[in-house]
Amino acid sequence: MIRKLFDIIANNAVPAVFILISAFAIPLSGYSASYLIQELLTRIGRNSFLILSLLIPIMAGMGLNFGMVLGAMAGQIGLLFICDWGIVGIPGMVLACLIGTPIAVVLGIFCGHVLNRAKGREMVTSYILGFFINGVYQMVVLYLMGWIIPITNPALLLSRGYGVRNAVSLLSIRGILDNLIPTVITGTQGAGQFLNVQGGNAFILLQMPFLDGTIRIPLATLIVIGLFCVFIVWFRRTKLGQDMRAIGQSQAVADSAGIPVNRTRIIAIVISTVLACYGQIIYLQNMGTLNTYNSHDQAGMFSIAALLIGGASVSRASIANVFAGVILFHLMFIVAPVAGKNLIGDAQIGEYFRVFVSYGVIAIALVLHAWRRNREREAARRSLRGNRGGE
Amino acid sequence: MSENTPLIRLDHIGKEFYGNRVLSDISFDINAGEIIGLVGENGAGKSTLLNILFGMPVISSTGGHEGSIYIDGKYVNFTSPNQALAYGIGMVHQEFSLIPGFTATENILLNREVLNGSSMSYVFSDRVSTLNREAMNERASAAIHTLGVNINPDMAVSEMPVGYKQFIEIAREIDRKNTRLLFLDEPTAVLAESEAEILIAALKKLARSGIAIVFISHRLSEVKELCHRILVLRDGRLITDRNAEELTMRQIASFMVGRESERREVPQEAVQQEEAPDETQTLDGTSAPSVKKKKKKIRPALKVEHLWVDMPGETVRDVSFEVMKGEIFGIGGLAGHGKLGIPNGIMGLYPSGGKVRLFGKTLTLNKPRAALGRKMAFVSEDRRGVGLLLDEPLDWNITFTAMQTQGRFLLGIPYIFQIRNEYAMRKEAQKYIDRLSIKCTGPQQHAGELSGGNQQKVCLAKAFVLRPDILLICEPTRGIDIGAKTLVLDTIREYNKEHGTTIIITSSELEELRSVCNRVAIVDSGRIAGILPASSPAEDFGMLMTGQAANNNEDEEEVKESA
Repeated sequence: MIRKLFDIIANNAVPAVFILISAFAIPLSGYSASYLIQELLTRIGRNSFLILSLLIPIMAGMGLNFGMVLGAMAGQIGLLFICDWGIVGIPGMVLACLIGTPIAVVLGIFCGHVLNRAKGREMVTSYILGFFINGVYQMVVLYLMGWIIPITNPALLLSRGYGVRNAVSLLSIRGILDNLIPTVITGTQGAGQFLNVQGGNAFILLQMPFLDGTIRIPLATLIVIGLFCVFIVWFRRTKLGQDMRAIGQSQAVADSAGIPVNRTRIIAIVISTVLACYGQIIYLQNMGTLNTYNSHDQAGMFSIAALLIGGASVSRASIANVFAGVILFHLMFIVAPVAGKNLIGDAQIGEYFRVFVSYGVIAIALVLHAWRRNREREAARRSLRGNRGGE
Repeated sequence: MSENTPLIRLDHIGKEFYGNRVLSDISFDINAGEIIGLVGENGAGKSTLLNILFGMPVISSTGGHEGSIYIDGKYVNFTSPNQALAYGIGMVHQEFSLIPGFTATENILLNREVLNGSSMSYVFSDRVSTLNREAMNERASAAIHTLGVNINPDMAVSEMPVGYKQFIEIAREIDRKNTRLLFLDEPTAVLAESEAEILIAALKKLARSGIAIVFISHRLSEVKELCHRILVLRDGRLITDRNAEELTMRQIASFMVGRESERREVPQEAVQQEEAPDETQTLDGTSAPSVKKKKKKIRPALKVEHLWVDMPGETVRDVSFEVMKGEIFGIGGLAGHGKLGIPNGIMGLYPSGGKVRLFGKTLTLNKPRAALGRKMAFVSEDRRGVGLLLDEPLDWNITFTAMQTQGRFLLGIPYIFQIRNEYAMRKEAQKYIDRLSIKCTGPQQHAGELSGGNQQKVCLAKAFVLRPDILLICEPTRGIDIGAKTLVLDTIREYNKEHGTTIIITSSELEELRSVCNRVAIVDSGRIAGILPASSPAEDFGMLMTGQAANNNEDEEEVKESA
């Protein structure tokens, strides 16, 4: 009984702590409800896709795919090309995806092969692999682009004539998906009408009298994310998904049943990498600027932290974990700086929190995972003995 | 059991691993619907035979096998398990190959799931089709039903009692439509008696439907009840192939352990002179009336009560025994039944519980340091892993434990500043190198460079340096050649005679135990099946190993009619 209670607490400790922190910090920050909802919606649209891309490798028992930064880099290369070619709007985004996909596939296959050689140590391997590929990426972007790879737009290139600038403006696609279907929730006018927002007409989806402003909804992005969720639900029901679950639980058994373990693991990583590529493109179209040498860096870390905060573990994660994680993680980021400022008079505390919490949560999740696995192993040993012998 | 073409025919099958012969000249037939019992000790060649029949890569990668296999009269040579599967050969392994988080249905149909047709599958492969859960459940229920048991197909395997898991494994093989020959490797080992009965009934039913079954078990009563024919393997040879009715269990046991009359005279004087209490205090509490009560004053050196040990693969469930001072006590039994778990558990290397008394005082379990501190020494079966520091010189290896636990071979002030006394270490090492005639270049040679037999002697020396009251030795002769074997065993015997040290030897070689020990306990399924004086006939030990614990001792007549 006590053990069971303990399990429940241990399984949900992380989300519980975050709910608690937010419950204190929200009133302290003094933000209005509409501001908070707006910010959260923006961040859900911005980050969910990236986080969702982590689910499939977890299902296949490969842990948290720190290697998703490989996909992020592929997406950024796609974006650099469309900026150079000056293709704007939705066609630009689609083209960036098309360019990024083959790169992500190749990187994913490579990553999958490496991880098959490092079974049982996938997470640390993919983490370090991320650094290694980052080096390759920097070489391509810093030296080859504009020299061997044709990039001509002077706004992209460093003044020396080759290599891409650190900051690349993505104004040409900024918010293009978010605002594809302009929609708002407002407290002032009735639902079903059009409202003039920033020079365009936006459809009023809902009227909520208690709101003190208008909230813009990134509807198209949310639809894309919804489609992705449908994809994952469908994927779990396929033979391939079933195979991945089997491999995730026992590679040896799956292998002896004739499931091609290595191949399936590679497929899992390729899917994850390609989806991370799309996720990064969606993320950057929302941000509007590309930090050529940094943007991908934090993508993996923050996505993984968010997923874990949502209550996922290294071996088990669901769609619900993704959204719970995005909301809790970012809610804290939004309110913590102001709460910190109001409380201690220092806004830096928020940024400090952001980094501290991300790494801390990942560390806790990894320790919990190892601890739980040990306990499971012990329980399995005990069960072998049968019911004799106490304890 | 038609007499035309047998389902499978083995013709003079043999196998060598790197010049080491493990199987020779095995020939037999199996007909449809027949149940064959395959019996043999560890190392008799059972698993090699299975590997050959199942096309395991170990066989083909080590040069294939001799002889030929015919299925339905056609010559086959499997190089992968998938080919064997295609011919309808199914296998239920000893350890469960089930996925714990999956339901019964998902496990039974693992990688043979029923799929919904999908247009996507033309573009990619079948793997993107969704599963048809309903049809899957139906098929799984059908397979479970054939076995005559009632298991909810939606139950997760992790929540099932052990017995169910075995049925799921078998159901998985039955579901394969073409399965005609089913191998079951120790299927009842993990089952309770009632579950084993259900399983046996299910297998009989299965055989009636025309599936041939090869039943591998060490529980002779089950083999005799279930099987039509019994094959006994020993040392890679087919000793007997007869109808089950023609054999008594005692015969089977003696075929299995064999070597009845060879070298039986060796150490009996040692036994007698040791004033051993023979089988006075024995057993796991079931029987054993004390036979001769005259020598009452002997204290047990080690008393073990209800010991359990969670050693993976060698689980000890409930073991009680006593070892007298100055005795050499043997622990034997088949691999995987827990004999290695006993010494490892007493020494605290694996989680354990129960009560262990050393000279009347309770020993703290789960702490190797406590056991070592009570002057117990241990020679591990894992020589290269636990026993030795392979990359360190011999003198380090020999004195290491004494240095760590007894503070010997050190100079300086304890707890403040101490350094190794290299001179004393080297001298001590040299002493044992001479005494045990360890072949090496000197105390500075690294342990990893020695041969297996000499490494074993180093392990023994390391234990002797501790000047133990009780010495536990696991598998002293595993993996060393015959010449070295006798040397090692002689060393143990001499040490016992010289110092009166109580020694407990665990070994899978019964003959070896019978030649060195005064008494031998046989472990079966994590429990002590019985303790016999080493002079008892080999088939008595064989009976204990094969689960006939109830009728041990000298009542030879009673044995016959236990079926």
